[in-house]
Amino acid sequence: MSTHNTLTPPPNDWWRHPIGRDEVLWISIAAAWCVIMTFMMVYWYFAGNQNQAGEAYRISPEAFAAKADEMVDKYTIRTETELEVPVVAVPPGGDVYIVSSQYQWNVIPELKLGETYRFHLSSVDVNHGFSLQPINVNLQLVPGYDYVLNFTPNAVGEYNMVCNEYCGLAHHVMVGRLYVVE
Amino acid sequence: MSNDSEFRTCPDTGLRIHLPAEKLMKANAVAAVVFLLIGGLFGLAVALTRWPAVHLLPAEWFYIALTAHGTDILVVWIIFFEMAVLYFTSTVLLNSRMATPKVGWVAFALMLGGAVMANVVILDGSSTVMFTSYPPLKANPLFYLGLILFAVGALLVCFIFLGTLVIAKQEKTYEGSLPLVVFGALIAAIIAIFTIASGAIILIPTLLWSLGLVGNIDPQMYRLVWWAFGHSSQQINMAAQIAIWYGIAALLFGAKPLSEKVSRMAFFLYLLALQLGSAHHLLSDPGGSMSFRVFNTSYAMYIAVLGSMIHAFTIPGSIEAAQREKGLNNGLFEWLRKAPWGNPVFSGMFLSLVLFGFIGGITGVTMSVQQINMIIHNTTYVPGHFHGTVAAGTTLAFMALTYWLLPVLWRRDVFMPKVAQWSTWMFGLGMGGFAIFFMAAGHLGVARRHWDMTFAGNPLGFEYSATVYLFMGASGITAVIGSLGALAYILCTVGTILIGKRRPDDAAPAVSPEGVEAITSYGNRGKGWEAPGSLVLVAVFMVFLVVYYFANWKYLGSVWGIR
Repeated sequence: MSTHNTLTPPPNDWWRHPIGRDEVLWISIAAAWCVIMTFMMVYWYFAGNQNQAGEAYRISPEAFAAKADEMVDKYTIRTETELEVPVVAVPPGGDVYIVSSQYQWNVIPELKLGETYRFHLSSVDVNHGFSLQPINVNLQLVPGYDYVLNFTPNAVGEYNMVCNEYCGLAHHVMVGRLYVVE
Repeated sequence: MSNDSEFRTCPDTGLRIHLPAEKLMKANAVAAVVFLLIGGLFGLAVALTRWPAVHLLPAEWFYIALTAHGTDILVVWIIFFEMAVLYFTSTVLLNSRMATPKVGWVAFALMLGGAVMANVVILDGSSTVMFTSYPPLKANPLFYLGLILFAVGALLVCFIFLGTLVIAKQEKTYEGSLPLVVFGALIAAIIAIFTIASGAIILIPTLLWSLGLVGNIDPQMYRLVWWAFGHSSQQINMAAQIAIWYGIAALLFGAKPLSEKVSRMAFFLYLLALQLGSAHHLLSDPGGSMSFRVFNTSYAMYIAVLGSMIHAFTIPGSIEAAQREKGLNNGLFEWLRKAPWGNPVFSGMFLSLVLFGFIGGITGVTMSVQQINMIIHNTTYVPGHFHGTVAAGTTLAFMALTYWLLPVLWRRDVFMPKVAQWSTWMFGLGMGGFAIFFMAAGHLGVARRHWDMTFAGNPLGFEYSATVYLFMGASGITAVIGSLGALAYILCTVGTILIGKRRPDDAAPAVSPEGVEAITSYGNRGKGWEAPGSLVLVAVFMVFLVVYYFANWKYLGSVWGIR
């Protein structure tokens, strides 16, 4: 029988040779695992509490900023730091507008434990990242798109919003805060 | 028709080499290594900045170095090397002349010119937009133009590759079907054509926008199409590196595939699913329905992942079968224990296979789960993952192949062979360690592409835990080890080319393909398993994957309700 390897053309009838049982066994296991992994995403979509597909709408940066300003006017309860960042306490079920821009977050949201809020996430200039620490939830903020997700905090405390999409030379100073209270 | 005076026969391997193709292989390989050096040094500077105790570069230079590192390594080094692989597989392995050598030099000039152009405008600070260059961040128009020129050059080489296949077929330089390795390279070339076309589709309008000729580039549309370039280019790498793994298995062990049918089908699965991977980068973005996300991120039910899992068994399996045929039949792993671990061709190949699978593969499958992506997106987990694939996988595979190619193409002994021996281990284990520590830090929330994780002086800042700092410090140390390995590789390569000892034509083969007549039969030969040791290896892999996969679901389930 002629010899060949991976560098030489195979015998002419290569597609007729049977597949060894090692390979059949492994391919079966691997294929079953692929089905399980596909199923898991669908299962979680219906049964899980964390699904970031959410809703998205086109919106101009100006219109988005205007809605956020309206929220700030209505629900600011105090300001923090020398930058006087407004702390906003939107009532449960309400719309929280998170505006990212080079190199700051518009507000410090104050949320109530166990309540659900409709978060609107967007940018008014370039791409930014919304990285909520320490729970490590990370979302992409794209200018022109209103990314809407319902957030339900499950622990009280002080959280931080870090920008984790490169947004310019001072990207690393872009950090904000978020409170969850009883 | 082919002209014999344009060929030489390699005295070591008996391969017939088309001289105009050989010149192009050498030029592309040398350009690749030069950009590995440049891009690698930028990478080292980035790693030393992210190592908190060192924090080497000032902010602006950190972001410049990071843009250059991404561009020079992910695109320039890898694609230049792949061009050399395309020339090699289509001419030498098919015993053929190459199509249109002149166009090959035009392509080379375009690629080199484009790469230099992009580097110049990155280094002058006018294009600090990261390799991904998401609009509306705007770079110098020459940045986009440089990438476009590079891409056009690479596209030309893909067409030369296809043209050469046609010539080989017409001139009957081989009989029957393409060898498996050439088939793998063909899959890589087809993926490359799709990839490069996607790059052009998005970068040309972006160039026009940067010149003020187009009013607006939709930032979300850019991300979708750009990633059809950015992600698919990693699938070129995969197809190319897997072809190289199979090739090295034959060069060192005379291995043939356990089944041609299975290995070719596994390559073919990549072709079916390649376009879908772009969605991996949009899983935590606005827009895109759940069905769009699930279908695309899973490559339509993980068929590309299935392809990779098949190769993960059949490549070590083919080595195992060849070794057992030669009598290394004791126990499960004698074939592996007695493999030539001191030969950098083998150690680089096998380490890259294992590291790619266990680090890059397992984490890639996990992070591309639609929902799990949310606890990983844009943290250091992401660069950690792709250093497991592109550095410890692809780059290490290319290093291994280089050590085989050097004596064949340059007719010189490898310079400082002891250093070469160490280089694959240092680079593989260094980059593998870096990947693991960067991913660990990412699990704890550290942002990627970020100059200052201490948020010094910022009233809204906070402090990461001591564990995070430990991981970031360890990532710096392992990056240094990996960089030393890469420098050793560059030293050996450049040293060989410039001052390596010339090989007399009657010397013993530098790389002896012992027992190339190893296996002759297909499929299951009667009772028993063909590759039981490899089955155990993939079983261990599967256990790691399943445990890690579900651990991440558990972690995800503990965070806030978000929907």
